[in-house]
Amino acid sequence: MANKKPKFAVFKMSSCDGCQLSLLDAEDELLELLGGIELAYFPEASSRMLKGPYDIGLVEGSITTPRNVEEIRQIRKECKILITIGACATAGGIQALRNWKDVKEFTKIVYASPEYISTLNRSLPVSSYVHVDFELRGCPINKYQLIEVLKAFLNHRKPNIATRSVCVDCKLKGNVCVMVARSTPCLGPVTQGGCNALCPSYDRGCFGCYGPMDSTNTSSLAAEFREMGETNYEIMNVFRSYNAYAEPFRKESEANEK
Amino acid sequence: MKTISKDSLDKIIGYLKYKGYKVIGPSVRDGAIIYDEISCIEDLPAGWGDEQEAGHYRLRKRNDGALFGYAAGPQSWKKFLFPGKLKLWEAEKNSKGFEITPANGQFPKYAFIGVRSCELHAVFIQDKVFNNGMFSDTYYNKIRKNIFIAAVNCAEAGKTCFCVSMKTGPKAEEGYDIALTEIINQDEHYFVVDEGTPKGSELMEQIESLTSTEEQLAAADDALKNAESNMGRTLETDGIKSLLYKNHANTVWDQIAKRCLSCANCTMVCPTCFCSNVEDVTDLSGDHTERWRTWDSCFNLDYSKVAGGNFRTSIKARYRQWMTHKLASWIDQFGISGCVGCGRCITWCPVGIDITKEVSNIRKSLKN
Ligand code: SF4
Ligand code: SF4
Ligand code: SF4
Repeated sequence: MANKKPKFAVFKMSSCDGCQLSLLDAEDELLELLGGIELAYFPEASSRMLKGPYDIGLVEGSITTPRNVEEIRQIRKECKILITIGACATAGGIQALRNWKDVKEFTKIVYASPEYISTLNRSLPVSSYVHVDFELRGCPINKYQLIEVLKAFLNHRKPNIATRSVCVDCKLKGNVCVMVARSTPCLGPVTQGGCNALCPSYDRGCFGCYGPMDSTNTSSLAAEFREMGETNYEIMNVFRSYNAYAEPFRKESEANEK
Repeated sequence: MKTISKDSLDKIIGYLKYKGYKVIGPSVRDGAIIYDEISCIEDLPAGWGDEQEAGHYRLRKRNDGALFGYAAGPQSWKKFLFPGKLKLWEAEKNSKGFEITPANGQFPKYAFIGVRSCELHAVFIQDKVFNNGMFSDTYYNKIRKNIFIAAVNCAEAGKTCFCVSMKTGPKAEEGYDIALTEIINQDEHYFVVDEGTPKGSELMEQIESLTSTEEQLAAADDALKNAESNMGRTLETDGIKSLLYKNHANTVWDQIAKRCLSCANCTMVCPTCFCSNVEDVTDLSGDHTERWRTWDSCFNLDYSKVAGGNFRTSIKARYRQWMTHKLASWIDQFGISGCVGCGRCITWCPVGIDITKEVSNIRKSLKN
């Protein structure tokens, strides 16, 4: 590590804050982390706000407004390494459900004076606008994975973040598969691991929080769900959640629209 | 051959514990029969059987109280000999560079209760992988040489079993300390025991037993015959090596690729699959490093990534690699097939892809 402590910043676009909070939640590691970095900008945690440039910037949230676009371009200029965290920042998040609808209609229904609302038609990941150095998946992200990514970047090595299925973690944990032993639909076989197979460990099917894994065969899994009695509408909804706009999930949900 | 009462099995477990073994056996958990530490006969899945098909598993209540009346479940003994996650060593930075300390001070002494014949063969196969003269895995071998194996002959076969085709069962022929055959009839529940090693005989000296009668031996034979004639599946192994080598471009692979999820479940549950990944993890300061080994799989895209790219980008290439290695190139590599016919990959595939059926599909495609 360089002698001078790397300057670290955390930014937020359109999101719920859950992912940034994972960082605060990493209590034990946080103190150690703070020893190794200079926390220059993290409004959620500290009122101290140092100006850029920053060595590492973490970005939470999707790009949904013209202001987000301006901000993210500026942030990219100020960060040597830009890491996006969470399903919003890496796939557009749950708010990407708007991408299938007319946003103007929504603003008319929700706001008394919609003319003051300036928003984009689609919610998109940060990488649709600027170059991203590393995308950390999850809704929310796993704090151990976040610490691993930070450890890796601080030590100039590749993060050990696997891109394979949830099933591998599920089996490593010794779980009994809910698809096979209970006929519960599970997105594990097409979803990237990272949560340590949280839902299957509690006898539920995976919801796909970590987005598509590196090589998905969603149509085969959807066919299996159909075999298990799910309707096309249900299958569309299963794929259309936190990572709805990640391409393989988007395509599968669209294939089941009718 | 000796005959012991059902309750004597509890004494066997007790004696092994007294001898310092960590006793592992079948138990019911989360709707399946898994392998875990047991402390007495009550922990065994009394009266539980299972119903298995491609992509399907359900526990089923039996009416005979059998302790070993089930077929191979989702887990195998591999998880003890070749753990899914294992710390290999750690290193600390110091003024001279760094110092390495091996991480595995602990080598549990295991007693395995209920090892099926196919599973014994799977252990023999992994022996060739982890101790083959060229390469020896420290952890595996330290554990392996101290295990006590109580095999159990199969009295019934599962719907996805095909050990007869692979010549790995259903009778345990060697490699066990003791082998049990469970017999249940109207008013009796007992085990016929065969001692395989001096270690096994030493244990049996402590257990009350009688010399097996002709009828008891005949009952044990019948149980095995029943399993043998009720195999759920068959796999035609004649000329399998050249069949797979010559059919690299067969369209059957495209058909499989349409269904295969590349989820890696088949390799995780397979008792012979041995692929792993090794990762170094540093702490935040970079002063402390750990090296971990984790199960990996030829179905994981990253697994076949090398400098400059990946040579098995398609799911088709990855499934073909897996099956061809398992059934054909394994023979060239280790002198033995990599498949013991336990059926786990068939049962635990979420979309029910069946290795036996795919072999026959390739054969059929040639006749057309
Ligand atoms: S429960 Fe879901 S994640 Fe776990 S092995 Fe089965 S399909 Fe995969
Ligand atoms: S064969 Fe089945 S278990 Fe194996 S990777 Fe393909 S879908 Fe998964
Ligand atoms: S390939 Fe399938 S049937 Fe053969 S040993 Fe592995 S899991 Fe069992």
